[in-house]
Amino acid sequence: MSTTRKRVYGYLAEFKSASALYKAAEKVRDAGFRKWDCYTPYPVHGLDAAMGMKRSILPWFVFFGGVTGCATAFALAYSTQVLIYPTVVQAKPTNIFTIPAFFPIMFELTILFSGFTVLFGLLGLIQLPRLNHPLFASKQFHRATDDGFFIAIEARDAKFGPDSTRNLLAEIGGENIELVEEED
Amino acid sequence: MASSTEHAPHTDTGIKLPVLKREKLILNERSYHWITDRICGIIENRQPFLWWLLFIPCSLIALIGVGGGLSYLVSTGVGVWGMSNRVFWGWDITNFVFWIGIGHAGTLISAVLFLTRQNWRTSINRAAEAMTIFAVICAGIFPAFHVGRVWFAWFLAPIPNANAIWQNFKSPLLWDVFAVSTYFTISLIFWFLGMVPDLATIRDRCKPGLRKVLYGIFALGWRGGNRQWSHYEMAYLLLAALSTPLVLSVHSVVSFDFATSVVPGWHTTIFPPYFVAGAIFGGFAMVLTIMVPARFIYGLQDLITMKHIDNMAKIILLTGTIVGYAYLMELFVAFYSGAIYEIDAFKFRIAGPYWWAYAAMMSLNVLSPQVFWFKACRENLWVVMIVAMCVNVGMWFERFVIIVTTLARMFLPGDWKTYSPSYVEMMTFVGTIGLFLTLFLLFLRFLPCINIAEVKWTKLESDPHFDDNESHPDHGTEEIASYQKEFVESKS
Repeated sequence: MSTTRKRVYGYLAEFKSASALYKAAEKVRDAGFRKWDCYTPYPVHGLDAAMGMKRSILPWFVFFGGVTGCATAFALAYSTQVLIYPTVVQAKPTNIFTIPAFFPIMFELTILFSGFTVLFGLLGLIQLPRLNHPLFASKQFHRATDDGFFIAIEARDAKFGPDSTRNLLAEIGGENIELVEEED
Repeated sequence: MASSTEHAPHTDTGIKLPVLKREKLILNERSYHWITDRICGIIENRQPFLWWLLFIPCSLIALIGVGGGLSYLVSTGVGVWGMSNRVFWGWDITNFVFWIGIGHAGTLISAVLFLTRQNWRTSINRAAEAMTIFAVICAGIFPAFHVGRVWFAWFLAPIPNANAIWQNFKSPLLWDVFAVSTYFTISLIFWFLGMVPDLATIRDRCKPGLRKVLYGIFALGWRGGNRQWSHYEMAYLLLAALSTPLVLSVHSVVSFDFATSVVPGWHTTIFPPYFVAGAIFGGFAMVLTIMVPARFIYGLQDLITMKHIDNMAKIILLTGTIVGYAYLMELFVAFYSGAIYEIDAFKFRIAGPYWWAYAAMMSLNVLSPQVFWFKACRENLWVVMIVAMCVNVGMWFERFVIIVTTLARMFLPGDWKTYSPSYVEMMTFVGTIGLFLTLFLLFLRFLPCINIAEVKWTKLESDPHFDDNESHPDHGTEEIASYQKEFVESKS
């Protein structure tokens, strides 16, 4: 007997192909589950709709990131070249009409800040880095990054039932259904 | 949107237009597992003898050329780079522009071809992006060290100096600092994010131990859930959309270094597009130069097919011809301007003491890719490799011609010099070639050189509706095939 207590994470079921997974996902969606996910070795297009997911909100973050970058570059260039220490180089003006010469840097910083927002916004949205996860305890889950197609339904979903969820997964074509547990 | 999957429009009614048969991007019906095995196998197995045969000399060249050359430079002074006249930074800026240009094909493949849905990019984008990163590293060495006292390189950053004077934001040289550093950062983010799912693949294949921990850390705990893929795909799309104008801007800004000066031969509006086309041209040649041998050494013929090489050869032909057009247009504009200084600058380029550089540029860049009009040449890997090498050399000469021949005849006769680089400069340049190849070989050794997830995605059965083709008579069925056959026969 193991002395550590275990907590149920949920059920993991394998499907034989991308199309089988797609059809199964539609049924899990229609059964009203919320805390579940499809695990695939590559992004399966159309699965978002089959899972009832909304479009990613990342572009909004990036838009504001880009605006911040552009404003930062303008503030940096304008304050240093016009306000703090105007230097006349090659007879170029040192007032608001200098702005065309600031465009390249405004463009570059827009891209730079947007790029950082993509990176950190993405990591925030997908909640990574997180090096450990209950699913990694599964003996078959490593195939999700190779050639396996899985659905995992979490126990914390309101509709989850020890038998009913297992039966649902078996009904919609799931194989190797496994109860995944995590150490408490 | 969310639940509209069952109401896809019917595409199986009305007149059917014939479509060309798509060439397969993965040959021999390889399975997902085969793809994983083959690409991860490169990292997991012992490296072939050829790898060591290349790695040892390349790393020695890098060590002596870059390590030794730069140590000597820093400890002695810029005199060893011959910086006694303004022609003499010609070598270093030539090499800077050369390496930056090489990088551009990587971004083009990963971003522009992604936005235009060119699925063949998936087999080559990872290696091309790695090439971008390493080329920009090599490029950065030259401007950083040619400033003289490299410990003052922080002057490039927007920080006021001891006299409270700020950088000149109106100068293309500062634009260049921002453009190149942004380019490097964004390329690195793009490369890393693209690699996260593949690092997870390697992590999941490792036995417990240090390797698993290290790959695990860099894989960030990726699980491949669709709730991750959905945001990930959006992030990838956004990065592609950001990189596309970025890659066009970087070489444009590099060309501004020249084009905004009032120097005959440089002061032209054609420079930005001409530099960008040249950069893509040279970059694709470098992709072929390193991928054709790598494909052979690691047995990746089923993933990097002749179709991929054919496409790259066609892009080289196209961009090479654009570059040729730019060369001729430059001459025409010089003639048509009637400006004696402009005309003289080009006379000097073509028929002056540097005629050999101009001839090399013209023949290697414009004439050599013309063989790619012929299918037989695009299919012969020896021809492809020879042309790629010609283009690599030719593009280096292009920058040499633009920079050195112009600086050697500026307005003041006091500037007129016959240029030759110092030995230390030459050593450093050879060193950067070694450094580039060393970094690339290490990349092949430790990181997945082909995008595993995306290559799997290009397989036909990766489409979740692949099985439905039986019920919809719209594509991929015998009916349309016979219709196509009839259509083709009726035309001929």
